[in-house]
Amino acid sequence: MDKTAAGAALPRPVKLSCHNLWKVFGGHAAQFLAAHGGKATTAELEAAHLVGAVRDVSIAVQEGETFIIMGLSGSGKSTLVRCLSRLIEPTAGELTVDGQDLLKATDAELIDIRRHKMGMVFQHFALLPHLNVLDNVAFPLLIQGVERKAREDRAMQMIELVSLKGRERRFPAELSGGQQQRVGIARSLAVEPEIWFLDEPFSALDPLIRREMQAELIRLQGVLKKTIIFITHDFDEAIRLADRIAIMKDGEIIQIGKPEELVSNPATDYVARFTQDVNRARVLTAGGIMLPASAGAASLRRVKSSAKIESFASDIVEAATPFAVEDGAGDIIGEIAPRAVIDVLTGKSRGAAA
Amino acid sequence: MTDVTASPAPGIAKADDPGRYVVMIAVAAALAVFLLRDRMPALTTYPDGAIIPFKEWVGAVMNWLKVNLTWFTRSIAAVMDVPLRFAINLLAKGFKFGYGPQAVVLPRLSWLGVVGVMGWLGYLYGGWRLALLCGGGFFALALFGVWDNAMLTLALIVICVPFCVVTGLLVGIWSYRSPGFNGYVITPALDLMQTIPTFAYLIPMLLLYGASPVSALLATGLFATPPMVRATLLGLNKVPPEIRDFADMAGCTRRQKLWRVLLPSAKPSLMIGVNQVIMLALNMVIISSMIGAGGLGYDVLLALRALKIGQAMEAGLAIVIIAIVLDRLSQAMARREPAPAAEGSTWARHGNIIIAVGLLALTTLFAFAVPALASFPKSLTVTTAPLWKAGVDWLTLNLFDTIETVRVFVLLNFLNPLRAAFEGLPWLGVLLVIVALGWRLGGWRLALLVGLLGFFAASSGLWVPAMQTLYLAGAATLVACLLGIPLGIWASRSNRVEAVVVPVIDTLQTIPMFCIIIPVVMLFRVGDVTALIATVAFAIVPAVRYTNHGLRQVPVQLIEAGQVAGCTRWQLFRHVQLPVAMPEIMLGINQAILLALSMIIICAMVGTRDLGQEIFKALAKADSGRGIVAGLVIAFIGIIADRLITAWVARRKRRGGLA
Repeated sequence: MDKTAAGAALPRPVKLSCHNLWKVFGGHAAQFLAAHGGKATTAELEAAHLVGAVRDVSIAVQEGETFIIMGLSGSGKSTLVRCLSRLIEPTAGELTVDGQDLLKATDAELIDIRRHKMGMVFQHFALLPHLNVLDNVAFPLLIQGVERKAREDRAMQMIELVSLKGRERRFPAELSGGQQQRVGIARSLAVEPEIWFLDEPFSALDPLIRREMQAELIRLQGVLKKTIIFITHDFDEAIRLADRIAIMKDGEIIQIGKPEELVSNPATDYVARFTQDVNRARVLTAGGIMLPASAGAASLRRVKSSAKIESFASDIVEAATPFAVEDGAGDIIGEIAPRAVIDVLTGKSRGAAA
Repeated sequence: MTDVTASPAPGIAKADDPGRYVVMIAVAAALAVFLLRDRMPALTTYPDGAIIPFKEWVGAVMNWLKVNLTWFTRSIAAVMDVPLRFAINLLAKGFKFGYGPQAVVLPRLSWLGVVGVMGWLGYLYGGWRLALLCGGGFFALALFGVWDNAMLTLALIVICVPFCVVTGLLVGIWSYRSPGFNGYVITPALDLMQTIPTFAYLIPMLLLYGASPVSALLATGLFATPPMVRATLLGLNKVPPEIRDFADMAGCTRRQKLWRVLLPSAKPSLMIGVNQVIMLALNMVIISSMIGAGGLGYDVLLALRALKIGQAMEAGLAIVIIAIVLDRLSQAMARREPAPAAEGSTWARHGNIIIAVGLLALTTLFAFAVPALASFPKSLTVTTAPLWKAGVDWLTLNLFDTIETVRVFVLLNFLNPLRAAFEGLPWLGVLLVIVALGWRLGGWRLALLVGLLGFFAASSGLWVPAMQTLYLAGAATLVACLLGIPLGIWASRSNRVEAVVVPVIDTLQTIPMFCIIIPVVMLFRVGDVTALIATVAFAIVPAVRYTNHGLRQVPVQLIEAGQVAGCTRWQLFRHVQLPVAMPEIMLGINQAILLALSMIIICAMVGTRDLGQEIFKALAKADSGRGIVAGLVIAFIGIIADRLITAWVARRKRRGGLA
């Protein structure tokens, strides 16, 4: 939790946020929570035969941000994203979208918000088996009453966007897993949503296709700049795609931060165990491991502070001299010794960076 | 119930023990009641004085309904009569306007047109092979000279099936949306409707609507709708949760979610429901011929009553042809890939319908000029009746002694002693045992349920016929399992055997109950042996199917684990495959019992002495109280067996899950 402030440095408005959100399964869960002052420990929940799937979660997702919720199966991440979209009614807490209280929205308002503001991609694609690709992608427009020509034109644009042109008359059963998920993506984008929920979208795909789809997502986000809430159990995937990552365990969020912060400064052993096998050179930046600049720094070769270590590692080791680190404006803010880079590459810097 | 091979943890075993003792005590008590039958006969034979007059009550209610609701039933009948009359005229009789010599007659659809359309449908959904089956099958109906009656039967089905499908769909949606209502009202009602024997449906219909095609239609509708409700419920519940979530996220309203997302996604299940509705409707339309449905069933009925085996066989074959054609066609329709989005000209979208309607119109128009198109020329029809008769005569001449020996042997050494044993079962003892079993398998609720249902059978004064039914159904189930389970095991171990066995039992299942009796009567005449054989032929299907299926779905890893542990083939079967497949096999036995019960009742037509005969007599006298109560007793026997076995399977599975 202590990392929230550091992560919130981005100067963008909050798009979706929740505060002290709970989802407790079992009879009379709401009364139980209220009786316990809105907080309940694991032991208390167990004694009452209740299951706390989401416990006291507070997050604030900024506009255009890719926010990843990472956790193992059973950690409550799927329940959390369903609470955020109100597919599941939260037991307690606050939930706002663009400052509007989502929990107070009527059924009609909720339908309207979902039709125009939200899109969702599902782990097992959730394509309608009786419709072809074009009709699947056009479906959200169909139920809004958009007339045929307009919705099919829009659907075709989306199909082209995900590189499925030529397959629009196929049925889902005739497509590969990766292609099906492209349809799922196209469908969720057809209504131009502002908030894009992706619930383990690539987990059902095999590793090569998964990497390809991740690259595709990065490309799409480069063009679309949506507010993304992305669920995954794969830490590498999280690091590859995230602006910020929230790590969940047993229904609670135990750390929120940029990938670099999680790797260099894990809040608990649990987080540390996820990060230990990560290729740190690919995550850490020059700014993350630099030391204060020495007197002669101005004459040294320069790297951007946001540059990943991987991008200049071989240069600095070959040169065998320190590099200066500059910020976005070109001012020198520190320097890096080859030794520090070698430590990152060999994994020795672990703990030292903290 | 004395299964110790599972050997659970000591704690669980202890908890199990009292249950086991309760069942043993109940058996001992039942034995005591039996031994003391001379001292306390009231405990063995239910005392006449204590009989609760259910029959009179039901009879009174039905009579009240008849007197006070006739205006209502008459108006329903009048409304239903319109589409039915139209379909009958269109397919079988032709439209007649006016009276006397001025009457204008519009002809019915030409037989050639109907055959052509069936062939075209077959071609559309299943290629040339299905086209040949559908077209050829219907052509055979014309060729054998049974076209008129076949079209009467078909007209009833054509009207009944859409009605059942729509009703079933709506009720299914309703019970999907209110699970409480479903649990307390719909599911029990469906259970009852599917276990009440077919004959029992006919009696109230006969009483309220008279002997007419409309009452046959309503009886058929009641009988054939439950599977559609179940299929709808199952299909909707089976839609993946992600698809539900998607519907919500796309912003569907409640109605859009149901009609645009859930129902289309459930289409495969729904189509299975439609197929079952068609098959049950055909089955029931045949049986309804007893209350005025007419058609092929009536032919069979008349021929059977007069023991004209040739005619009965011919009409029976025609029914089987219709059954197989409708079954294969509806299955092919269910399996077909969804059609591409409609696009382009009218022709591309509606071409098939235009072809079909055109075919019918053209042939019917030409029929004005060519009478051979209006009705199949008599001179060309082939009758197989003499052939069958000759066959039976030959059998009677040459094999009579052998068959008679077999029949008498089975009767004297197997059926008669069994019947005597069942007739002597003390009602209180049986009740005690089923209550104890119910308690052990499913707790107090189940014990109470089976106890009450059993007590109804005893207190209605129908205990002895109920036991006679149980004896025949039990014997038939036993034989069906003794033959069917080994056959299923064999089929599960050899793909070649399966390739032969599965199509045979598929076809066997398609044949309406009524028709199975015919060839058996030919050989064994009337009596218990005939009933037994016909029932076995019907009840063997689930025994084979579930055994085969259960054994084939044993996980490969388990078998490999057994092989690695060094099991011999027999050990592998005995200790791995059989225990894992057991719940599935028990479900097969459960189905076999239910099918046997329904078939036994039909066999009342060939002279059994049991509840079926009660209903049959009640039908003849239109005695609604007697018929309905007897029907309920049969339904309750079925429900008791079903609940006990289902509870046992659930318990067994739960334990398997825990172990």
